[in-house]
Amino acid sequence: MTVTSTELKANSRDIRPGRIIAWTLLLIGGLIMITPLLFMFSTSLKTSGQVYDLRLIPAAPTFDNYIKVLGDGRFMQWFLNSTIIAVTVTISNVFFDSLVGYTLAKFEFRGRYFIFLAILSTLMIPTEMLVIPWYLMSSQLGWLNSYWGIMFPGMMTAFGTFLMKQFFEGVPNDFLEAARVDGLNEFTIWWKIAMPMVVPAISALAIFTFLGNWTAFFWPLIVTTSKELYTLPVGISSFSAEASIQWELIMTGAAIGTIPTLLVFLLLQRYIVRGVMLAGLKG
Amino acid sequence: MASANAISQRGPVRFWDRLNISTKRVIWAWAFLAVPIIFYAGIRFYPTFQAFWLSLTNWDLLRPAQFIGFANYQKMFADPVFWKVFQNTFLYLIIGTPVSLVISFVIAYYLDRVKLMHGFIRALYFLPFLTTAAAMGWVWRWFYQPVPIGVINGFLSSVGIPQQPFLRSVDQALFSILIPAIWAGLGFQIIIFMAGLRAIPSTFYEAAKIDGLGDWAILRKITIPLLKPTTVFLVVFSSIGFLRIFDQVYNMTSNDPGGPLNSTKPLVLMIYQTAFSSYQMGYAAAQTVVLFTILLIVSLLQLYVLREKK
Repeated sequence: MTVTSTELKANSRDIRPGRIIAWTLLLIGGLIMITPLLFMFSTSLKTSGQVYDLRLIPAAPTFDNYIKVLGDGRFMQWFLNSTIIAVTVTISNVFFDSLVGYTLAKFEFRGRYFIFLAILSTLMIPTEMLVIPWYLMSSQLGWLNSYWGIMFPGMMTAFGTFLMKQFFEGVPNDFLEAARVDGLNEFTIWWKIAMPMVVPAISALAIFTFLGNWTAFFWPLIVTTSKELYTLPVGISSFSAEASIQWELIMTGAAIGTIPTLLVFLLLQRYIVRGVMLAGLKG
Repeated sequence: MASANAISQRGPVRFWDRLNISTKRVIWAWAFLAVPIIFYAGIRFYPTFQAFWLSLTNWDLLRPAQFIGFANYQKMFADPVFWKVFQNTFLYLIIGTPVSLVISFVIAYYLDRVKLMHGFIRALYFLPFLTTAAAMGWVWRWFYQPVPIGVINGFLSSVGIPQQPFLRSVDQALFSILIPAIWAGLGFQIIIFMAGLRAIPSTFYEAAKIDGLGDWAILRKITIPLLKPTTVFLVVFSSIGFLRIFDQVYNMTSNDPGGPLNSTKPLVLMIYQTAFSSYQMGYAAAQTVVLFTILLIVSLLQLYVLREKK
């Protein structure tokens, strides 16, 4: 038995066609994966008369749809809203999740474990359960239709805190002690000594938080009713419902929402993939 | 006066200096945690209890909430739409999770061995993960349109297969929404599986080769068992994702959300409509409690499975 399987193994090593087939299938599968994106871009470059022509490469590509969709400034506003919100929430998460993660990893005090469990337990509470109380809170405090109203639920996350805690636990205490002997205060030690040692974790956290907030739909849909405050996903949804059967305009709107993250990915592919791996394995 | 001032200014400094190092550190720790504690108490825990409380009231935004006991739950469990929605949500879960995990594992397993254009092929699979579900819902919706608009029906008719109604059919609509949902999550799952595959020490494989195990036996006896933590993580992660599905359904059926005839409506969409279309906040809160319970069971199952391993 052992001998036969060894022979089989040796054979499979020698037979290259198997690998070529696997590679070809993987490539075809990958191309199928991006087909919706290709058609989206292709249709966004077609006129309304060409939409029914299902060829992937437009006969006469034109940017008219982009000029039309971007022309009235709504998409610009939504784009700006989404950017401000995603960047602010990301900064807040990097700051607070790291600070809390560091405190839980590196300080000895009574109640530490309780605080850790309390924060961790919020992972089990679904956003959908909190939106009704959040909505009530926002309407009482006048947060409906404001950036703060969209942002406040995500300013800190248990996921980020847990991720950062895991990484800070790997920072050697000697470095922190040395800084303490030099007379640095605890905040400076965290910010100047500990934070630079967990940069990969910070970038993973930043990528996840940014992407999560950039594509967030459920809460922004609930908390905003005025169109000026829509985020890009909510704007795309409302714009597409209005555009009804003008598919070339709908595809242009979708493309405008998709292009920024794709560009960022192409620039930072290596870091993003590594960040997703890190977060997935530790988190 | 001046000297008195100087002393009172020095007062707190002296007090601080007199503390021993570990007490100082405890004070620092609580100072770091002050704002986060307020946040988690006010924005996570208090709303959670409030949601439970609201589920026992008839609050409708207009009149103050009145306690009505379990009436909302009785109403919900007697409502055939709720059971339809419950069934849909589980269909998303029990089809979506296994299908997406099997596909992503197979792709990750082979992609991990590919050297030629590895980064490029990986990027092809990963790109959909970076898209916005609200935008992609509309792209897929267009794909599913009848001839001459829809790409898929256009392709089917060109190879001689009759047109399919997709989103317009009670039988096909749910699956038509599941496909983009699976599609969007594959890239993430593939990357995580590949990270898990790489974390398996190569000594295991070398030992297996010395023992004369074939590819299939290595896969079954080494790779899959050692990959268990990764698999459990992905099962839970994607289960939670499918149980909370909303963006795709909302955008792909926006003219009749959850339709046709509630055949695609998941629990979160029902919650959204109950709360923000009919303003039955108390009733919606009861539905969120059901969602919470289901997600809690999934999370506890994960803990149970992982504990068993240790």
